[in-house]
Amino acid sequence: MGLFDLSLRHKLPLWGGLLIIITAVAITSSNLVRTRESIKKNMLVRSEILGRALVKTLYSAVSQDDVWRAYEIINFPMHAEARQPSFQLEDFVVLDAANQVFISTASKQYPLQARLETLGPAFILLKTRFAQNDGHMVIVESDKILLGIPLVADGVTLGALVLVHPADYYQASFDRVLKRTAWTTLFVLLILLPLSWYWGRRMAAPLTLLAEYMGEPGKKLPAPLPDRIYPHNDELGRLFQVYDQMRRELSDKDSIERQMMKSERLASLGRLTAGIAHEINNPLGGLLTVVDTLKRHAAPDPVLERVLPLLERGLTQIKDIVGALLVEAKAKGRALTGQDIEDVHTLLTQEAKKRGVDWVWDNTVSGEVPLPATLVRQALINLVLNAVQAAGSNGHVGVRVALGEGHLILEVNNDGRDIPPELMEHLFEPFTGQNAEGHGLGLWVTHQIVEQLQGDIMVHSETGQTRFCVTLPLGEETWPPPSA
Amino acid sequence: MRMQHLRFLFVLMVVLFSLVLPARAVEPVRIGLTPTFLNERHALIADWRTYLERKMGRPVTFVLRDSYQDTIELLHQRQIDVAWLCDCPHVTANPEIRLLATPMFQGRPYYRSYLIVPETDQTTHSILDLKNKVFAYIDPYSNVGYLTPRYELKKSGADPEHFFRRTFFTRSPRKAIEAVAVGVADAASVNSYIWETIQQQAPALTGRTRVAARSQEFGFPPFVADHAFPTKDFRRLQQALIEMSGDARGREVLGKMNLDGFALPKPEIYRDVQEIVRFMKSN
Repeated sequence: MGLFDLSLRHKLPLWGGLLIIITAVAITSSNLVRTRESIKKNMLVRSEILGRALVKTLYSAVSQDDVWRAYEIINFPMHAEARQPSFQLEDFVVLDAANQVFISTASKQYPLQARLETLGPAFILLKTRFAQNDGHMVIVESDKILLGIPLVADGVTLGALVLVHPADYYQASFDRVLKRTAWTTLFVLLILLPLSWYWGRRMAAPLTLLAEYMGEPGKKLPAPLPDRIYPHNDELGRLFQVYDQMRRELSDKDSIERQMMKSERLASLGRLTAGIAHEINNPLGGLLTVVDTLKRHAAPDPVLERVLPLLERGLTQIKDIVGALLVEAKAKGRALTGQDIEDVHTLLTQEAKKRGVDWVWDNTVSGEVPLPATLVRQALINLVLNAVQAAGSNGHVGVRVALGEGHLILEVNNDGRDIPPELMEHLFEPFTGQNAEGHGLGLWVTHQIVEQLQGDIMVHSETGQTRFCVTLPLGEETWPPPSA
Repeated sequence: MRMQHLRFLFVLMVVLFSLVLPARAVEPVRIGLTPTFLNERHALIADWRTYLERKMGRPVTFVLRDSYQDTIELLHQRQIDVAWLCDCPHVTANPEIRLLATPMFQGRPYYRSYLIVPETDQTTHSILDLKNKVFAYIDPYSNVGYLTPRYELKKSGADPEHFFRRTFFTRSPRKAIEAVAVGVADAASVNSYIWETIQQQAPALTGRTRVAARSQEFGFPPFVADHAFPTKDFRRLQQALIEMSGDARGREVLGKMNLDGFALPKPEIYRDVQEIVRFMKSN
């Protein structure tokens, strides 16, 4: 794993810190370079001002060959300003016209009448510079830093005043600035680095969280985000919004796909069932006619008399099942009324009582509803019977029939055992009921009816609460259709 | 009655004027001082002036100048009445000038010349050891600070003009000591009275110098007066100076000056200096 593959959690603070350090170092060094230049300039200017102030009085002392007065002139500032640590003036040397020491503040080092070239490399350089810059101030930087100001009056050069500074003349002042700057920078870094670290972690936290939640796309749905994980409305906030939206859409798509697969399965099952039912129905009709004919017209035969009822019962059972499978939408009949619902209530009260189920029947429908009465009744009966069976003894069942805006709502719930998830998938397929008593066609038939009436059936099952909700759109025209 | 009044008024006016006029007429005694260490001790000069004024009953002014020449000029031009020319040999030989009083230093009216070198120099024991060195003279009119060292050289057959590598004037004995102490000069010749007094009062300065040689004794530089100075005033000042050692206030001032008192001058003690002056002039 390379440096660039590190988690943003580390990378952001690291980069932030690095940038801050680079910036601090860059700004500080550029400032220091500038400061060094300005210190140098300032100090030289200060030396020059002091030198020029002395030169005027020195000129007369030198012109009168008054060594002691010259000494007093250059010695006075040595006690005050020149000895300040920021000034760093070592000595004054006054030269005469022959470039010999006229007087200095350090006679041991610069003996009277010593020749300039015997005083060290800086002074040798000074001599050349003086020769080049006739009558002008010169600056020499060598083993010492020298500032030479000629003693000129009326165009006559009597000699020069030389201010001797140590080679590290600027260094002491610069070191002080350097030290101060280093501390300041360190202090700023001490404040900025934890801030940047904190900021980086904070920036990275939602992103890493997002990456964690994202999981492995394609394999499973991304997990839903906790509420208000990032409430701001910037790009990151938008990313979270988009994540949420994407997750919702993915989940919708998933459920739609599942729903479609289910519907398609149910539809093909329906077609298959209907086909088979039709194919069975025709020979079955023939067989029942034959049984009927045999019952009425066949010569009495003890075997026949014993077999025929068996045969008839068997065939009738087949007919019942096939009939149940064949849900005829085009069933002729009248429109649904409130009374039909009440009939179902009456019809099933006995059954509920028998099973010891406590139920609540809430019907707000009265008058005619443009829906086929037979089919709606059958769907309702199926759902309620299922609920009653599921609720069991001392269970509760709630039934609500109501008219919504443009649709009829049938809602049946019970507090019996819930439907396991693996069953949920195939709930509306024939012969899947968990009920030992029925043939497992009730929900299938209900589903078929709802499909044919272009309605919706929804099931919701959690622990202790299972609820079926059927929504049937009301036909625009009155039921039955005039054409029927 | 009226006449009596007028007469009273007249007498009163005479009395009043007699009080005012003499006071205005009394001119101060003007005493010139050369640049000895005294020039930098203004409190001492003020004390001394107060003392002399009280003693003489008339005002005294001290006139300070930075060189022997200036003070001598003042005396010649009668800008001052009296001068204390520390260490000036020419004055004692001048017939225009009267000796007023001689200070007593260490109980005697004599002083010497000290040849001083930096304390670090332990090899010099005579001025003849200073060939090609830097020598600090005090003043061209100074005895021990100029005349004596040159006399010594000349007496030994050396040429004072070229014996030293470099010479310069410091204008005051204290500054000559300073020049040697800081190493600007390799040697100087100073008044023993001045050196001893500084040694007593500011030993840090003299401590950086060493007395390499002591000369013969010379008569201590006297107070001198111009001929025009009225004899009455001359006597009064002379008496005031000589009596200084007789009272406590005077002794206090003398103590600060490191002197024991003043005595009547004896011209013969200055003969040696005059001999030297003559020798230097003739060679």
